[in-house]
Amino acid sequence: MPQLGGVSAPAASDRPAAPLDVARVRTDFPILSQTTRSGHPLAYLDNAATTQKPRQVIEAISRFYTSGNANIHRGVYELSERATAAFEGARERVARFIGAASPAEIVFTRSATEAINLVAQSWGRSTLRPGDEVLVTAMEHHSNLVPWQLVCEQTGARLRAVPITARGELDLEAAERLLGDRTRLLAIGHVSNALGTVNPVRALAARAHGRGALVLVDGAQSAAHLRIDVAELGCDFFAFSGHKVYGPTGVGVLYGRADVLAAMPPWQGGGDMIEQVALEGSTWAAPPARFEAGTPPIAEVLGLATALDYFEAVGLDRIAAWEEELLRLATEQVGEIRGVRLVGTAPQKVAVLSFILDGVHPHDVGTILDDEGVAVRAGHHCAQPVMTSLGIPATVRASFAFYNTVREIEALARGVARAAEVFG
Amino acid sequence: MSSLAELYQNVILEHNRSPRNYRAMEGAHRRAEGNNPLCGDSLTVWVKLDGEVISDVSFQGTGCAISRASASLMTAAVKGKSRQEAEEVFQRFHRMVTGRPGSADAETLGKLAVFSGVSGYPTRVKCASLPWHALKTALSPDHPTT
Repeated sequence: MPQLGGVSAPAASDRPAAPLDVARVRTDFPILSQTTRSGHPLAYLDNAATTQKPRQVIEAISRFYTSGNANIHRGVYELSERATAAFEGARERVARFIGAASPAEIVFTRSATEAINLVAQSWGRSTLRPGDEVLVTAMEHHSNLVPWQLVCEQTGARLRAVPITARGELDLEAAERLLGDRTRLLAIGHVSNALGTVNPVRALAARAHGRGALVLVDGAQSAAHLRIDVAELGCDFFAFSGHKVYGPTGVGVLYGRADVLAAMPPWQGGGDMIEQVALEGSTWAAPPARFEAGTPPIAEVLGLATALDYFEAVGLDRIAAWEEELLRLATEQVGEIRGVRLVGTAPQKVAVLSFILDGVHPHDVGTILDDEGVAVRAGHHCAQPVMTSLGIPATVRASFAFYNTVREIEALARGVARAAEVFG
Repeated sequence: MSSLAELYQNVILEHNRSPRNYRAMEGAHRRAEGNNPLCGDSLTVWVKLDGEVISDVSFQGTGCAISRASASLMTAAVKGKSRQEAEEVFQRFHRMVTGRPGSADAETLGKLAVFSGVSGYPTRVKCASLPWHALKTALSPDHPTT
């Protein structure tokens, strides 16, 4: 069980969660206590790009290299056996985190992007035929769009997209029309990285299954904010990345339903993914090994498992309650600044505030905020179709995590007001 | 002066508000687009040539204050110059915004020297250079005439 601020974390309990002690959890994140080049305390509000890592995660990685490092699945010696057991234990940890029926349904990848590319190149390339359709949405991050463009080009399948409304929600009537008998896959983001919108994935997955299609959910932006249960969502694939849930970069996860994975061919060849190899040909290992060619990011996988321990010890309910409060404050304080237009105002949102300031380019707002010590993202957020749909080139995006404070929201609002003044 | 004030000098703010030569051009000889895939900014530059001399130049597009003001000041700086002279100005400008040592470039760049503060913000160098890259493309000998 990880420790929070040096004190044992309360076990998951039946009693109502006490509010989050933000000051205490911040002591777990050494990076947050720095001062920026402009002399302000760092206000890190770019959590949708990557989250910071608690020292428990940093120490787990360091501990592995200090005392546990060996390659896995091959050594006959103690160190390798330990590393293998830790690695496979992490697989079980991840399976529990998202409600997978078995650890064999968890494939470790390099990133969420690679997880989606794996499905596109293995399942998609072997299954899609001319005339088949893959349905995405206009809200997707490029990583859940471009892999499908590539495989559609390779197979002759057609890519279609559910449009979005002015509020930044999916057009569900259009989705209904677009989900047809030719649809073989619905590939949909759980939460929009650019807008924060939470999509009704469960209902859409049921519709898609009714049409005989499979469902892939891009959970890169949801895993750190929503309770994930792949059985309840009803998805066949679920992809997320370690570094957006307080774990390290370099590791992603693909959940695939056991029977679907079992029917998929390998997409990369190498060690660890084979059963028998002869010069004339080879046979493949069962999933998940079939999809894990080469030495995996062992330390990163262990770091991810520790991050999930940490995250669950802090408690999703407490995290969600505090993030909701941060979003409410930010929406209020930034929203009331003259010239600000909020972009993405769906009622179901995670703690992401995307906005534009009248007459001021988001990059310039970002630079002024940087001068206040506030780190935000400015641009199209790797979701250009979202920007095109809404008729804007870019936005400023502040995205919050449970370690953010009210003072940081105030610094954000102060910086936006200053930008309005400088460029007014 | 704080570094932010060095970046956003008044001349830049003023050119951002009222950019010069901000128009699509009829009868241009050359036209090129500049895109920054990182931020989605894009602009178009139009050029009229009289022999080797840039007799008219204009731009349009979306971009931040730095790229807009840079495009505006660029059009003012290269109008009436030869292709070769414009290329030399760009080289000096580029050395200044990337902060390469050993150049007295800022002193020779006239009004363009207001972009010297960009070198303190590595992520914004592309913003200042974007219009110049588009102009360079438009002027390159193998670029098709419109």
